Amino acid sequence: MRYMPHTEQQRQEMLQKVGVSSVDDLFVDIPESARVQGLLDLPNHMTEMEVDARMSAFGRKNLSPQNAPMFLGGGAYRHHVPTVVDHLIQRSEFLTAYTPYQPEISQGTLQALFEFQTQVAMITGMDVANASMYDGATACAEAVLMACRATRRKKAILSGNLHPHYREVTETTVQFTEFSAESLEPALDNVENLAGKIDKDIACVVVQNPDFFGRLQDLSDLADACHEAGALLVVVVTEAVSLGAVKSPGAMGADIVVGEGQSIGVPLSFGGPYVGLFATKQKYVRQMPGRLCGETVDQEGKRGFVLTLSTREQHIRREKATSNICTNAGLCSLAFSIHMSLLGEVGFTKLARINHGNAVAAAEKLDAIDGVDLLNDSFFNEFTLRLPMNAEEVVSKLAQKNILAGVPVARLMPGEGYDNLLLVAVTETVSDSDVEELCAGLKEVLNAE
Amino acid sequence: MTKKYTEDHEWISLDGDIATVGISNYAQEQLGDVVFVEVPEVGAEMGKGDELAVVESVKAASEVYAPVAGEVTEVNEDLEANPSMVNEDSEGSGWFAKLKVADLGELDALMDEAAYQDYVKGLG
Amino acid sequence: MLNNVGRPTRPEEMDGEVDNFETYTGNKALNLETPLIFEQGEPGRVGVDLPEPKEFTDRLGGLSREGNIGLPDLSEPQVLRHYVRLSRQNYSIDAGFYPLGSCTMKHNPRINEKAARLPGLGDIHPLQPVETVQGALELIYELGEWLKTITGMPAVAMSPAAGAHGELCGVMAIRAAHDAKGEARTRILVPESAHGTNPATAALCGYKVDAVQARPDGRMDIEAFKAKLGPDVAGVMLTNPNTCGLFENDVKEIADLIHGVGGYFYCDGANFNAILGRTRVGDLGVDAMHINLHKTFSTPHGGGGPGSGPVVFSDALAAYAPVPYVVKGEEGYRLQEQVEGDAQDSFGRMKGNHGQMGMFIRALAYMLSHGADGLKQIAEDAVLNANYVRVGLNDLLHSPYDGICMHEALFDDSTLKDTGVTTLDIAKAMIDEGYHPMTMYFPLVVHGAMLIEPTESESKETLDMFIGSMRHLISKAQSGESPEHFTQAPRFAPRRRLDETSAARKPVLRWTSSAS
Repeated sequence: MRYMPHTEQQRQEMLQKVGVSSVDDLFVDIPESARVQGLLDLPNHMTEMEVDARMSAFGRKNLSPQNAPMFLGGGAYRHHVPTVVDHLIQRSEFLTAYTPYQPEISQGTLQALFEFQTQVAMITGMDVANASMYDGATACAEAVLMACRATRRKKAILSGNLHPHYREVTETTVQFTEFSAESLEPALDNVENLAGKIDKDIACVVVQNPDFFGRLQDLSDLADACHEAGALLVVVVTEAVSLGAVKSPGAMGADIVVGEGQSIGVPLSFGGPYVGLFATKQKYVRQMPGRLCGETVDQEGKRGFVLTLSTREQHIRREKATSNICTNAGLCSLAFSIHMSLLGEVGFTKLARINHGNAVAAAEKLDAIDGVDLLNDSFFNEFTLRLPMNAEEVVSKLAQKNILAGVPVARLMPGEGYDNLLLVAVTETVSDSDVEELCAGLKEVLNAE
Repeated sequence: MTKKYTEDHEWISLDGDIATVGISNYAQEQLGDVVFVEVPEVGAEMGKGDELAVVESVKAASEVYAPVAGEVTEVNEDLEANPSMVNEDSEGSGWFAKLKVADLGELDALMDEAAYQDYVKGLG
Repeated sequence: MLNNVGRPTRPEEMDGEVDNFETYTGNKALNLETPLIFEQGEPGRVGVDLPEPKEFTDRLGGLSREGNIGLPDLSEPQVLRHYVRLSRQNYSIDAGFYPLGSCTMKHNPRINEKAARLPGLGDIHPLQPVETVQGALELIYELGEWLKTITGMPAVAMSPAAGAHGELCGVMAIRAAHDAKGEARTRILVPESAHGTNPATAALCGYKVDAVQARPDGRMDIEAFKAKLGPDVAGVMLTNPNTCGLFENDVKEIADLIHGVGGYFYCDGANFNAILGRTRVGDLGVDAMHINLHKTFSTPHGGGGPGSGPVVFSDALAAYAPVPYVVKGEEGYRLQEQVEGDAQDSFGRMKGNHGQMGMFIRALAYMLSHGADGLKQIAEDAVLNANYVRVGLNDLLHSPYDGICMHEALFDDSTLKDTGVTTLDIAKAMIDEGYHPMTMYFPLVVHGAMLIEPTESESKETLDMFIGSMRHLISKAQSGESPEHFTQAPRFAPRRRLDETSAARKPVLRWTSSAS
């Protein structure tokens, strides 16, 4: 087998050195009744050529966005990732290193993390960020736990317009703790009265911007209301590119900002791995979950970086840790950081304007179709349409025409009467002809009814 | 002014009914470089043995317990900027908190300096 | 003819100053420094050419960003060079031996990377209509079948994102099962040698952690375990093979005992590599176990992640597993995404979308490449290699527990006592020898622990060189002749020892411009 270096003769020599007569003698601690000799139900090893063919066959059974105009968002977005990003993250020294526990020989990973933390803090408008969480949804749950610890209060209020995965993950995560999360009903037609829910027992309010339906909201007043009552404002951002055009959560008074970083540098990959962003104010640093990289000097006085404030973490604090997280999204945070470095100030803000411009143009065209209504007053690169028929059926029919039309709202929010709502995302990867194709396809499907 | 010690290496020194609490020189030596001390809030009511503070080195975090019951009247705010004071002068300027002692009799059960030194020797 | 453009072709004699020699740039030949990316920006550059935005009337609702973000502007070659230079300051398994105990640093095959980037796999959206992603769902389902077969367990949850997330999944299922029976149990038993994620996870599920001590042979003390059992015990979290590299040979009795009081058996599968194809945890009485795809099945560590931690379940817990999961039906595959219908007892959702697909692809490619024969060989060679290192060193270093080990060899620092050289110093001297150090000071129950996990990927030649090198270092330390050889190490790494105390006392966690 190509991955195993030992020859049979070497194995025998080694067994002899160890002082056993056969390899079975190394496994004598396994109870006899539970020993098996191999995995008889499974096939034997394959050549690389066979594996390649097998894996490609899985891929061919899926409709790749390379072959279809693509308008899906809902927390995961198709953006162009510069070739340099994927080249760099496949360098052996990044790809095949472990967590930087030995800083003298891990400065590459550590400096990159320090730069990542800085970039995340900058775009969210916060003081500090950690070295990543698993994804946006788990980061949201961690933010609620942190807010409860920091305020010594036990209850969180979740906006009804929060991405349902974020809400569900947060509810699941807190359900067995001493804390609780109350989720409001989705509010599509009315303005949500989050401020009215705040009292002295509330640890935090969690609100998404742009919200799940794509709408933007000034959160400054909500931030004031939170702070007056001693609660924290947690702002969720599921589309990181929006931060290049939209007022930052920090500027609106957020205390914790969590988000999904997939849009910058990370491929869609059917939902993971992605990269959870987590940023907060300096005064809450010691309440933060996850790894933190800090600057220091070595014996010779040279600048260097180390993992720091580890006493918050499970490997030291055990059951009193701020989180149980250990492995995070390392390589995805590197991809994010490289992509952000390539974009820079000019590229990041321009990318955001392109997204917004494309979305504005597409929204106007779609809104002009008979029976189709644009529900958003404001949006960044994603908006909600009301169709004259079931959105899931429309999406399915358009998929048969090789058009990936969007996310039916009811797939994520079933039972809310949202069957006709379609969430449409338009990024820089969408061309004018893609939009024409969607409009034409949509008209055809609607007219056939 | 009497100074007493606990088996968890806290020291407590009494002035009237106000007691100052910190960790012993032996404890700071064991901990190594102290990087952070989490002190309680002024006004907090402590029972004997309640968690009064947390003292952290780079690779460890240790709870510090209230040697006697009482109300926190003052905390050492200088520790936030200079946690190294715990290493430099743990039984002086590196104190953690002051308590208004509820029952002075609780001090009687603690070790005096000589007894504590013997206790530490016994730890090898 | 006289050659008057000649140059010397033989070096002059060494003058002995190389060690302290400083260069103008701070670079040392192939050791190239790079400033922070923020110190390299210059307005007017860009690293990505983008088209001009459309003319539009903004629909941002008056929420346009104001002011500069502060990101630096660089060109593509500058960014490329920055990260190439950074990469060269890292040690990696591709470059050398990485015997980091409990981390399973094995070969990362590149066919797995290729597979994860295939059209139709790397680029599909998680919310595409299910009829357009049948291949992706089939792949997840097939990987699940492999995991179930290898472990002999009837059910699997694929969504957990890493080992600790898998633990949370398992213990939440335990909690949900007790809650469903109306039982409010409060304690969970965890051996004191456990990884810190175990107690942290138990606490997140509202359980008090009750630590069980170890026997002198390094296994959990079953008498102490029995003494702690009672109707308030929710379960036990046992790592097997354990963090000392030993198989818990009382495992079946432990399972019977915990089941006897109505509790469940969570097995931490961090060290699953050692028993692949030799035993199935389903035959050991386990109710839930996570599998670190990024360890056992070699999806790369990437400098700290991403990982993936699917959890296999017994019938007793399967109903409580999280959503979403893939269902194979007559008309193809579908996703159960909501807590309803067949999933009505599910404890909920742990993660956005369906799991770490990129890791699933790599893990399945790895399993197909190995097959049944190769997977068994993994465990055998991994355990053989660990024992080979153990016997190669155990006359110089003390093994706290005698006898055969599993996938990793554990030593304490007792033979270094009074030498002035610590476990940390040995680790740093290993760096100068060109190795990544072993895991040090873990497990916590062993003084000055050195935990060496060679994995199956290493050749006998590599192990012989490593053993020779370690013998050289330990003997030198024990001789007491030059402790500074160790205490001043590493000398040849990109950085000397770093000041972690200052980093923690006055944390600097981001760059700020000196102007502000």
